[in-house]
Amino acid sequence: MGKLSWTTWLYIAAVVATAVAILIHAPGRLDSAQWWEIYATLAILFGICDSTPPPLAARQSAWSPSSAATLAAVVLLGPLGAAMVGAVAVLSVRNRVPVVERLFNGAMNAVAGYAAGCTYAAVGGRPDLPMPGMAPALHGTGGAMPVAGLFPWLLGPFAAAATVHVLVNHGLLWGMLRLDRRSRVAAQQAMASSGLPLLLISDLGFAALGLVIAALWTIIGPYAAAIALVPLYVARWAMGQFAEQQRAYSATMAALCQAVETKDFYTRGHSERVSRGSGMIARQIGMRSDRAEAVTFAGMLHDVGKLGVPTNVLQKDGPLTEEEFAAIQLHPMRGLEIVREIGFLNEALTGIMHHHERMDGCGYPMGFAGQEIPEFARIIAVADAFDSMTSTRSYRKARRIGEAIAELRKAAGAQFDPKIVDAFIAALNREGWQLPGPAKPRGYEIMTSQDHDDPITPLRVVDSL
Amino acid sequence: MTVSRTAEQRWLAWQSVDSGRLLLLGVSTLLVVIALVQTAVGFSDPHHIAIAFGLFIAFGELLRLALPGGRETAPIAMSAALAYAMALKIAVPGDGHAVTAIPPLQVIAVAAIGMSIGALPHIAAGRPAGITAMSARLVAVAAVAFIYRPMANTGMFPTHLWAEFIVMAMLAALAWLIETVIAAVIRADDLRARYSVTFWDEVRVQWRLGLAVGVSAIITVLGAKVMGISELVVFAGPLLVIQLAFRRYAGIRATYLQTVRALAQVTEVGGYVESGHSGRVSRLALAVGRELGMSEPDLLNLEYAALMHDIGQLSLPGPIPGGATVLVSAADQQRIADFGAEVIRHTGVLETVADLVSCQSMPCRGGVRAPPLGSRIIRAANAFDDLVGGSADRDRIGAALERLRMDTDTEYDPGVVAALAMVTGRLPVSRL
Repeated sequence: MGKLSWTTWLYIAAVVATAVAILIHAPGRLDSAQWWEIYATLAILFGICDSTPPPLAARQSAWSPSSAATLAAVVLLGPLGAAMVGAVAVLSVRNRVPVVERLFNGAMNAVAGYAAGCTYAAVGGRPDLPMPGMAPALHGTGGAMPVAGLFPWLLGPFAAAATVHVLVNHGLLWGMLRLDRRSRVAAQQAMASSGLPLLLISDLGFAALGLVIAALWTIIGPYAAAIALVPLYVARWAMGQFAEQQRAYSATMAALCQAVETKDFYTRGHSERVSRGSGMIARQIGMRSDRAEAVTFAGMLHDVGKLGVPTNVLQKDGPLTEEEFAAIQLHPMRGLEIVREIGFLNEALTGIMHHHERMDGCGYPMGFAGQEIPEFARIIAVADAFDSMTSTRSYRKARRIGEAIAELRKAAGAQFDPKIVDAFIAALNREGWQLPGPAKPRGYEIMTSQDHDDPITPLRVVDSL
Repeated sequence: MTVSRTAEQRWLAWQSVDSGRLLLLGVSTLLVVIALVQTAVGFSDPHHIAIAFGLFIAFGELLRLALPGGRETAPIAMSAALAYAMALKIAVPGDGHAVTAIPPLQVIAVAAIGMSIGALPHIAAGRPAGITAMSARLVAVAAVAFIYRPMANTGMFPTHLWAEFIVMAMLAALAWLIETVIAAVIRADDLRARYSVTFWDEVRVQWRLGLAVGVSAIITVLGAKVMGISELVVFAGPLLVIQLAFRRYAGIRATYLQTVRALAQVTEVGGYVESGHSGRVSRLALAVGRELGMSEPDLLNLEYAALMHDIGQLSLPGPIPGGATVLVSAADQQRIADFGAEVIRHTGVLETVADLVSCQSMPCRGGVRAPPLGSRIIRAANAFDDLVGGSADRDRIGAALERLRMDTDTEYDPGVVAALAMVTGRLPVSRL
């Protein structure tokens, strides 16, 4: 993890100290061999789950199916057992997990398990009830099942325990993310691709599996943990496939946009940088994760319609005629035409269509003004102009970042939304900006002599009067 | 306009009701009628258990899951129905447990009623009722019930836990196999593909979900011995997580395909190729590939490659007159193909697709290396579309095919051209 601030160190130390105190001082009977048998099985289950998280989850995310093991321990072993199962996270065999992170994960899971166990006991759940041996022959005929009668009434305490487990786990993690900036960025990216509701639903769903494991224990003993691994494996497979497809999807979109750009020597990498800039703004203004993702796609695709602009217009050195200017003004609509059939884009489409509108109403294609312009379009406009200014053009060298910021400030209000400009500048200070690298022409590119995105040197149009 | 289109759709829908579907619908309807009558006469069970399972089946049917390739399954409904078919003892609050001696026909009745209730909201929302898939599930559940219930109800059942477990696992596998075979037969009829190909396609797509469904059913049966009906509620949690994960996976797959389809049009908007070219070539290539017995993963790669086969034209300073790559020199064709492959290789994931694109202009024989089947298909489909365009004129199609046939000794694969003739003779390209 490298450099951690002292507050972060203090926070980790506090969580670890709490966990150690729980493990040493919490009451619990550890005397029976059966207790240890259950503990060993659940610890192995926890270890397997924790060591093979779905590829999507960020390294620090609390999200892994291991909560099933912890909550089974809550029912079978009580608070101390749950804490001890959670502490197994220290031994996670996941690749390249730093020691500090291991300690924190183990402590966090131990505290969450203990809290869940105490909640369960406090609201009426009796730990270590469904033990094998207590239940008589369950197959075959006859035989009363004392455990069975308890079950519907066990659900309430268990639900309370699962909720507390999720809350404590996420709460502790949230605290960590508040303090450590770098893991916050990583977590935000993970959130953007999966979303908080999904994480919570999955957590609760896996927690419910814990109760099923506990119940099956009375019948098949340790095999309960083994059989529970099958649904976990299938869920993990589907999540992994999703992550893989999502990566492939973004890569394909980027590659196709790049192919469109290769036609124009000066704008290579433009789409990708505008996409990144739009994402930075979206995160800065606290946009919901799915919308933030959509705006990055819109930024990626915003100029795809430029391919419909005839090459000789793009290459023209000198003032454009009215018709040629109109051809350029048409490109947002051409872009919309291409991507309209991509079902999920919805709001992103508005961003692509209106990214050349101006706050004063003098933009194109619709001449919208102020808040009439969709938020996505206002975001893309800023990132678009900034990247244009900080890239080299045939008629000028790239501007420095400071100059470009000054230009954005100057045009805020008339051309750009001042709030978006402020957010972008704040995001630039926080995350930095990667300038386009130098590139060699490969022979087939056209050398454009004007850039429709450049706010400093607007397109020259022949005065029709 | 709308009226005539719906009439046409209805006509097409009727056309697709083939003998296999009719047989399946007939069998399942017969089963349901007998089951309902029998169950209405003599219902044997605590009612609340049948109702709980029925509701759970309905819930699962409501949450149908669309898998890649236009398949629709209902994993939660299926595992609940299997669990009801195999339930042994279900704990009841209070004392002891309910010994469940459920007649097999009652299992079918409960499953059928549950599925129908779950399907109603789909029908109300204007989505397809999914009768075929529902019938397949019902037949699979019926098979399990007819084998298992007589054993369990008469007490002949092995009381050893492992024997019980193995029997249940085998029956769950049997149910999955029945469902898969029915789905494969129906799919082969729909797509005019070979049964062996569609069977392995189904196995490849469905086996993990099938495993989850089977194990879930067993967990439900065992868990219900201790937890009773509350087991269904608790276990719904993990089942929903699995379902959600698959839904997201299928969703991104669909979005991916949609996006490639849309972005493949950039060459059309840029005036490089005729409007609709990439779409027609990909439909044609898919139909030919299916005719030649290609498997689903290969077909997906073929579709991507066919959609993006002209992306390399973006490297040209300006559009080729008429956009027909068939008319430019071989060296230029290869340059376009290479550039296209380079763009696709840039994704870092579509290696096979890039290979198909890079080999699309190689002659079938006498080249540096033999191009893969997908490339040969794209080459022929592209040439065909360059010559015919969107036209449905029989003479023009015949002339184009004749021209391709003349070049089959070096340029085009004779097998591919024969399949192309078969496919275009059957339906116009717009309907493929």
